[in-house]
Amino acid sequence: MSIDLKTIKHISKLSRISVNEKKAEKLAGDLNSIFEFIEKLNELKTDNVQPLTSVAETTLKLRSDEVKSKNLREQIIKNSPQENEDYFVVPKVIE
Amino acid sequence: MSDITKQSLSELIKNIKDKKLSSTEVTKAFVERSEKSKELNAYITEDFSAAIDKAKRFDEKPNLDLKLPGIPMAVKDLFCTKNIKTTAGSKILNNFIPTYESTVTQNIWNEGAILLGKLNCDEFAMGSSNETSFFGNVQNPIDKDLVPGGSSGGSSSAVAAQLTPITIGTDTGGSIRQPASFTGTVGLKPTYGSCSRYGIVAFASSLDQAGPMAQNVKDCALLQEVISSYDEKDSTSIDFKRNNYSKELTNNIKGKKIGIPKEYRVDGMPKEIEDLWKKGIDYVKDCGAEIIDISLPHTNYALPTYYIVAPAEASSNLARYDGVKYGFRADGENLIDMYEKTRSEGFGAEVQRRIMIGTYVLSSGYYDAYYLKAQKVRKLIKNDFDEAYKKVDAILTPSTPSSAFKIGEKTNDPVSMYLNDIFTVPVNLAGLPGISIPAGHDAKGYPLGLQIIGKAFDEQNLLNIAYAMEEKINFKNKITDWWIK
Repeated sequence: MSIDLKTIKHISKLSRISVNEKKAEKLAGDLNSIFEFIEKLNELKTDNVQPLTSVAETTLKLRSDEVKSKNLREQIIKNSPQENEDYFVVPKVIE
Repeated sequence: MSDITKQSLSELIKNIKDKKLSSTEVTKAFVERSEKSKELNAYITEDFSAAIDKAKRFDEKPNLDLKLPGIPMAVKDLFCTKNIKTTAGSKILNNFIPTYESTVTQNIWNEGAILLGKLNCDEFAMGSSNETSFFGNVQNPIDKDLVPGGSSGGSSSAVAAQLTPITIGTDTGGSIRQPASFTGTVGLKPTYGSCSRYGIVAFASSLDQAGPMAQNVKDCALLQEVISSYDEKDSTSIDFKRNNYSKELTNNIKGKKIGIPKEYRVDGMPKEIEDLWKKGIDYVKDCGAEIIDISLPHTNYALPTYYIVAPAEASSNLARYDGVKYGFRADGENLIDMYEKTRSEGFGAEVQRRIMIGTYVLSSGYYDAYYLKAQKVRKLIKNDFDEAYKKVDAILTPSTPSSAFKIGEKTNDPVSMYLNDIFTVPVNLAGLPGISIPAGHDAKGYPLGLQIIGKAFDEQNLLNIAYAMEEKINFKNKITDWWIK
């Protein structure tokens, strides 16, 4: 299997990371060598193996549905890159 | 009292409790040494004057019943600290000031410790040499231009160089144990679920664990007892009986069964690592424990599994960095353009590479072939350990396949960099505790570590074995202070 530039462009779009031609070529090279190494897993037959989704073999605990943190608006907004008293500001999305 | 910074954590605590030293004296000593050690680049953010103020306040009304009374401590910059910048080694969080505290650091401050500053690390803990940090590489105090390991490279460098008496790191695939091994220090990755992940910048949530990095096993046990707690703010935190690890520490390991997994004899492993392992086996026997040969047949599949699972989880976790709610934002022509430029300029090359791998293995048409396959192999790897633990109490392996390498030596070859974690990654995949202790030197005089892997929640036994071996090994770190002019 080989990851071509078209695939890199597709993944970059899904990842929301812009890549130029030069970066795409470098990434294709890196990803191909990494996937070559990953392909080793195909040596194993796993048809009857249950996937492991969590090493912690506990069921999630239930808790009462209570509000524990209040009035966090200021704290939540505090680190936003573009300030506006009450909102997160983003580039215009509607013309 | 001279040479305060040369004292171990346990000695410092005793001297403060006996009123032979004040917190101010101790804190000032570590601040002064840290200030003389800028060339190591161990810190990202220093909080020295606040630390001295806090120490003075502690001395005015000292509470000597605490476990870490007035002890200064620097921590990895992956732990959110309230009102102190937390970067995760990334440009994208270069201006992020948390409004809350991680549970692990809160546990530490509750026992009387004082924050010295935030330590350098690989960007989002993705790396094995601290070279992926936006804030530059860290020097290993063992030798100039030598990597301190990663991702907790600032932490390992700072403990080895005695800029902090002890510290904490995080370990997703070896990020505590490998840097400990590279710097001649002790590093413990606890059982998954032992230390809360709340307030730790997430990398791969099913693998991440915080743990102590120390100069010796006793100090390590004490900090583990402080940081390990059940926390309802982390849904994977586990409510189990936690010991007073340092109080219950014993070097009596007579009759314990220690497994030696044959699959860890990898091709091309340097002879000095093989010899170290043999020496380790002799030390264990000297302590009266029994050696048993075991097999962990899927060991060779651990790294490929890890390089699917960890990037997949990372690509999902790091989706939150979009330039909207916090962190760095690049200007864009529209919303999508802003996202793409923010992430392209804000993340470094290794992080982008891993996000891309993760996105690919989770994308439509590839999920079954990669991610599901990896989860199945992860099950086989865990089964290997479950089988082995029917016969043994713990497992002994080398920590790393080599000693520390030079800065720049592996940066152009991601796969060769990943191979560094070959002995540590299986432990994370199975959720087990593992500890690296310094056990010898290679021909260049660089430290080498041995890893002990325990049963889940059996940190006490693991620490006891490490404690007993430490006494036999009697390791001395060779540090010349070359960076102090």
